[in-house]
Amino acid sequence: MSAGEAVPRLTARQVTRRRRRESARRTWNEFRSHRSGVVGLGILVVFVLVALGAPLLADATGLKVTAATGGVLEAPSAEYWLGTDDNGRSVLTLLIWGARVSLFVGLLATAISMVIGTLVGVASGHFRGWPSSVLFRLTEWFLVIPFLPLAIVMASVLGASLINIVLVIGVTSWPGTALLIRAQTLSIEERPFLERARALGAGHWHQMSRHVLPNVMPMVFANTTLTVAIAILTETTLSFLGLGDPLRVSWGSMLDDAFGAGAITTGAWWFIIPPGICVILVVLSFTLIGRALEEIFNPRLRRGILDETSKPRRRERS
Amino acid sequence: MNQLGTRYVLGKVAGSLGSLAFMLVVNFFLFRVLPGDPVRTLARNRLVSQQQIDELTRTLGLDQSLPQQFLTYLQNTFTGELGLSFRYRQPVADLILDRLWPTLVLVGTGTLLATMIGLWIGVRSAWNRGSRFDKVSTGSSLTVYAMPEWWLGLMLLAVFSVGVGPLPGIFPTGGLISPGVDPTSLEGVLDQAWHLALPVLTVTLAYLADFSLIMRSSLLDEMGADYLMTARAKGLRDTRVRREHAVPNALLPSVTLVALNLGFVVAGAITIETVFSIPGLGLLTTEALEVPDFPLLQGTFLVFSAAVIAANLVANLLYAVIDPRVRS
Repeated sequence: MSAGEAVPRLTARQVTRRRRRESARRTWNEFRSHRSGVVGLGILVVFVLVALGAPLLADATGLKVTAATGGVLEAPSAEYWLGTDDNGRSVLTLLIWGARVSLFVGLLATAISMVIGTLVGVASGHFRGWPSSVLFRLTEWFLVIPFLPLAIVMASVLGASLINIVLVIGVTSWPGTALLIRAQTLSIEERPFLERARALGAGHWHQMSRHVLPNVMPMVFANTTLTVAIAILTETTLSFLGLGDPLRVSWGSMLDDAFGAGAITTGAWWFIIPPGICVILVVLSFTLIGRALEEIFNPRLRRGILDETSKPRRRERS
Repeated sequence: MNQLGTRYVLGKVAGSLGSLAFMLVVNFFLFRVLPGDPVRTLARNRLVSQQQIDELTRTLGLDQSLPQQFLTYLQNTFTGELGLSFRYRQPVADLILDRLWPTLVLVGTGTLLATMIGLWIGVRSAWNRGSRFDKVSTGSSLTVYAMPEWWLGLMLLAVFSVGVGPLPGIFPTGGLISPGVDPTSLEGVLDQAWHLALPVLTVTLAYLADFSLIMRSSLLDEMGADYLMTARAKGLRDTRVRREHAVPNALLPSVTLVALNLGFVVAGAITIETVFSIPGLGLLTTEALEVPDFPLLQGTFLVFSAAVIAANLVANLLYAVIDPRVRS
């Protein structure tokens, strides 16, 4: 910087951007200290790379039943590292391509669920009077309807396709998010900066988009990762029940095939254990990341950590 | 005070009735309005005879106006007239009644065991946060939580029923009773318990993870409270502080969450019954899916939802009993 410009002039936008970058950096630094969160992120990165690089790792023709080269339920060998399925396809190829479906469904369904949940949550926390109570009641009613039976019924009525599965999971999984966001919104509504904004004549849209939303965003983000975990589990379960897209291989549909082909009784462990382990690893990675983020963003949990250090170290065996 | 308590109870009952009404509307619209012409949709690509189509048109009352249809539907639902199953050619209500008890036993026993063991683990790991027990139990809870419950069931089935390597399987591979055994005799009852052991174990393991994580975090929330400091300052032993002060307070939020979780347990019953071929409502649902048998599916959805709504109401009322604050 030359001596001529004593004070660098920044526009309001630049200031905001700097502040955001600064807070993102701080969050990242804090996240790095959560070991389980970092492990989760590592696992997730591996699976995302596998899903993106599926065409490079395994030839897509290996998914065609008609082009299958192996025998029926062949045990793992040098040629088929994880054996073959009941159609003679390589289980490893199916696993690699299955990662795409699971992640795609998980992420897209969560996006839908987050948009609905955040809109309903912010609106029901921000407005007063009947719109708020109507939205709140709606959320509560939706919350108690058991999620999987509803998803099963919707999937069977709509028909089996990938996009329907995404819609079904997205539309049935938002109420939890909405309640959480509503609670956050209510506490933010009490803050002085919103009172100031209202006093200056800010409209509802400005209040919600500029003040409430940026402040609930971290919680939304932490909740998102936890919702992805549930969405992936639901996709697996719906596919296991035969409601998945019949044209696409997912980990759930592999397990459905394995169960149907009697892999349990014939002892074809390579057809049942690997897809299950993949589901567990991906879901666990999202859960670990979500928990780490929650601990960073949720002041109540942080208080828990402080209390832990102040708790007397006196412990008795009982 | 008593008056306010009544208000709380009435409020919760009204809320549950609201949920029930909402669920009935969802059920109605899902099967009739959403897919356009219901009969055509229901019959699409499926082996449904003309006779069944006619019957469906009649039971759905499609010649009537929409509000009229809704009234007919409500009347049918409340009189237990749930239509005729495509697959079994029997009234749906009868099928559901026949299949009710295995699910009740499975979900009931499983939830009870999972709640008790889960809460115990949660309390222990929160109280000794960061200890070895906490690390192991939280780690395994998270792993089980990440597992589809039916996959856990498949694993248990493979290990304990089919057997691994030289180890023979000791549990039956499926069903509720051995062929030729009278279900009402003592032998029959024991035989059924033997058949239900693995499914109940699956439900218990799958859900105790949820409950222990819930309990752990709600006890951690209480750990810094001032009343605990007071209790310690009075010189109470650690065990008494935990048992008489911390845990009762931490139980409060857990009760609601455990009730909400019941929805997931019921959902778990669908897949676990399928894995173990237990002839309950869950297996009935998956059997209905194969056809698909829409009247039956609608019936089981109704029962599952109503059960979860009722359980939530009970939990809310229980909450009022154990926490006097909500009454005032």
